[in-house]
Amino acid sequence: MADTTTSAPRARRIGPVNLRLWLPLLWIALVIAAAIFAPLLAPHDPLEQDLMLERLPPWFIAGSEPGYWLGTDSLGRDVLSRMIYGARIALIVSFTAALAACVVGTAMGLIAGFYGGWWDRVISRLVDIWMAFPPVLFAVLLVAVLGTGLGSVILAIAVIDWTRFARVIRAETMVQARMDYVDSARIGGARRMTALISEILPNILPSVIALLTLEMGIAVIVEAILSFVNLSISSDDPTWGAMIAEGRGAIHFAWWVLLFPLISLFLTVLSFSTLGEGLKRHFDPVLQ
Amino acid sequence: MSALFSVRDLRLSFPDRAHKPLFGAAPRNEVLKGFSLDIPEGQITGIVGESGSGKSTFGRVLVRLLEPDSGQVLFDGQEIGHLGEAALRPLRRDLQMIFQDPMSSLNPRHRVWRIISQPMKRYGRGGTKSDAIAALDKVGLPPAFAERYPHELSGGQRQRVGIARAIALEPRFILADEIVSGLDVSSQAQVLSLLKDLARDMGLTVAFISHDLSVIRHLCDNVIVLNHGEIVDHGPVAEVFERPSSEITKTLLSAIPLPELDAGWFDEP
Repeated sequence: MADTTTSAPRARRIGPVNLRLWLPLLWIALVIAAAIFAPLLAPHDPLEQDLMLERLPPWFIAGSEPGYWLGTDSLGRDVLSRMIYGARIALIVSFTAALAACVVGTAMGLIAGFYGGWWDRVISRLVDIWMAFPPVLFAVLLVAVLGTGLGSVILAIAVIDWTRFARVIRAETMVQARMDYVDSARIGGARRMTALISEILPNILPSVIALLTLEMGIAVIVEAILSFVNLSISSDDPTWGAMIAEGRGAIHFAWWVLLFPLISLFLTVLSFSTLGEGLKRHFDPVLQ
Repeated sequence: MSALFSVRDLRLSFPDRAHKPLFGAAPRNEVLKGFSLDIPEGQITGIVGESGSGKSTFGRVLVRLLEPDSGQVLFDGQEIGHLGEAALRPLRRDLQMIFQDPMSSLNPRHRVWRIISQPMKRYGRGGTKSDAIAALDKVGLPPAFAERYPHELSGGQRQRVGIARAIALEPRFILADEIVSGLDVSSQAQVLSLLKDLARDMGLTVAFISHDLSVIRHLCDNVIVLNHGEIVDHGPVAEVFERPSSEITKTLLSAIPLPELDAGWFDEP
């Protein structure tokens, strides 16, 4: 009954810095700060056009204009300012759409995996049917029906991607439901619903969080794709996807219009997916 | 001694999905083939049998994690065999269970004190951290263990937490399902003597499932020997062990490892 060995796992918490957790967090914090303080940070109005200043190169190339750090696009709009404002839309879409997909999908997955029977059959068939549609085509179709706008984009992503959560969470719930701690909760007088929420859900939460952050990355991409094909919000509004679409035509003589939004899109998606893995490890008492 | 449990003609079968035809219901495997017995109050009753004899299934019917196909299960005179989940809930306080594998039966996400105190809270028997610490004290674990997670404990400590959770509700009946089979020999002895002391002090009725007759002999007052879902032997431990009436019991008894002392083995270099 000596308790000398059992304190060892706790000490490991102060191990080497978890880069998988902190690097993505740093970038996402930067993007969040840019989104919140956009009016203060952006050097110019993102919609302000000035044809005298079109296609200015970024600061490190000869011919740049002071104040226009990352150059301007073909209408003379400041790339940096548009990117900063674009972060707003990217984040709003990624947080709300991913959260909506997560809540719906996780609830469906928990019900299907825990109650089984007809619940499982109905939900699983629904997921199968849903996933038979090509997702991007489905999104384009939905936005075309609902009309463009931020709300439609969010709704389209949530409606398409809840299946991602439902499938994984259903499988995990089925594994957890067979564990003795569920029976032992029943022995301890818990209702089935209580066992699901307070016993099984905490064991599935790391996967939910990992999927949620992954989904945030996916939502950023889907929003960019929809902007790219001009189905997101109005083409005037600065979004990373729309900037990439505009920059595509001028890539040979104004590559910066395409490249900088692409880098921030890439880093944001990468950060979200790495963060999921990092968080999963951080919050798992067994893995620590 | 009155009977806490009276079981009459108990039958239970599981669908055999491996042999399910494309259409129609799967054939059923009979696990419990209609047996009747009494479990006397205040005593420790051993349930033995080989793997697949139905001993764990029978135990799970007693605590109503499983519902029998037919037959009666009388607990203290009340038929509980076919009660619904809601009607069972008030009775569950008296029908506790200690599981075989505490790694699986203790939720890895909850701290020890929470694991112990949640059932107490549901039955209005306290449920604070100090109540959990008091329960830990009864099973010989220091208060510091309340803040730990199950994976931070050794096998014997985990099984003590399982016992603490069961006794914290002050039940009348505890089912112990192979609770020492995953432990090393010295932890086995400690956990068994702890269970025996607690059962005596609290006047508990215990059903102790095991495949190991030497454990049964040390712990139990009565023994039931199962084979393929039927009772082949039952009675007080001494009687069954002295005069086994079935071949199965004789086989199980002969499987008990006996120390073969070679005279003078200790003297040799």
